[in-house]
Order: sequence, then structure tokens, then C-alpha cells
Amino acid sequence: MTTKIIVDCSTGVVEEVELTEEELAQREADRIAFEAAEAAREAEAAEKAARRAEILERLGLTEDEAKLILG
Amino acid sequence: MANTYVKIASVTAGAGGVTSFDFTNIPSTYSDLVLKLSARSSSTAVDVRIVFNANTSNYSRRNIMGNGSAASSSSFADAWIGQIGDSNNTASTFASTEVYIPNYAGSTNKSYAVDQVQETNGTTAYMNLLAGLWSNTAAITSIKIEGRDTTITMVQHSTATLYGISRT
Repeated sequence: MTTKIIVDCSTGVVEEVELTEEELAQREADRIAFEAAEAAREAEAAEKAARRAEILERLGLTEDEAKLILG
Repeated sequence: MANTYVKIASVTAGAGGVTSFDFTNIPSTYSDLVLKLSARSSSTAVDVRIVFNANTSNYSRRNIMGNGSAASSSSFADAWIGQIGDSNNTASTFASTEVYIPNYAGSTNKSYAVDQVQETNGTTAYMNLLAGLWSNTAAITSIKIEGRDTTITMVQHSTATLYGISRT
């Protein structure tokens, strides 16, 4: 059973209720969207790191040396 | 503590845990709100988010994070407010989170500040400082705390308390 707690701050009444089908579906949609966004973010970061490594290799520099120059 | 903190409501998860804490019909009579969360997940899914007025859009945040061995900073467009206790953390320990929401009933975009720490007897414990923005001018009348990317269960004894900061 998947439940949530709702408190009405104007009355102090607290209810523990089951999530509706719609809420469960929304959560699943959120999860799928989040995973897709994370995958895209990771792919972009990996591509950026690969390009950086390629450039450093072409220039004959180490990561530390590049940081020293740019720092 | 100054007599400016007024407890609006406090709720605690019972046996079986809960997926969210929802504060509704928040009165507009205070200047600011403070939400205190003491929570632990039943699994390794620990990322939680805040949702104002049941609206999950137009959030952004910047945060710094440390875990005992590394530090980082990041900037994202989401409503994430940190990590609650992990099921791998020391048994019966709960992460502590505070969310400060100034001028929640005003007519400008809503900013919020978060500090959060996990508690565990181990080498890795995450802690975060975060500046968040909900780009919406509506007065905040409801707040929900729930898992960010998937349904999480906050275990029994997890507690959320909402305070109002008195104008006087």
C-alpha cells in the first residue's frame, strides 16, 4: 500500500491516504522523464570529457598542466 | 530561541511509512516559513524534492555538496532539496533537513534555502547547502515533500514540521 500524509494547516486535521491511480501514474512518468534527463546529462558530460582529453593529447599536456595554465 | 517560531503542524509517518508529507491550506499570516524534516528512506532511493502549490514546474537551484571525501557544486533546473537517510546508513538514524522560505505569501518569485545532512556511523555521509528558486509569483498555500525521481517510502518515525515566522 502506497500512502501519503496530508495535514490541513487551517484545521490541524491529519489524514493518511492511499495514492490515486493518477498520482501513481504521474510518479512513474516523472521517474521515466528524470532517468531520460539524467542519461542525456551523463552523455553530454562524457562527450565533453572525451573531447577535452583528445585536445590535451593533441597539445601534449596533462590535466594538471592544463589546470595550471588556465588557473 | 526568539518567540517568533510558531508551529503550524507536525506529522509523523506511522508503521509502513509514507511517500509524501503534504501541508495544505497554509495560512498567509506569517512572514516566512521553516520546514524541518527528519527522514529516512526504506531503500537506497534518497533524493527528495519540494513541491509548492502542487506545481512541479519552474524550479531551479544551486548547491554545494560534501560527502566526507569529495566536494562539488552544481546547478540544475529541478526541485531537489537533498538526500534523506539511506537504508545503508546506521540503523535508526535519520537525515535532518531544514528549508527556509522567506516571503512565501508575497507576489514575487519564491526563493528558498536548504541545509541538509545525513547521519551515519560510516565514512560517507552526504550534506548539502542549497539555494532554490520557484519562478512563480503565487502565494505558497501548500507544500509537499516527496521523492524526486521515483516514489520513495519514508520510514516510520520520519517527521515533518512546518513553522511560521511571526511578523511580531
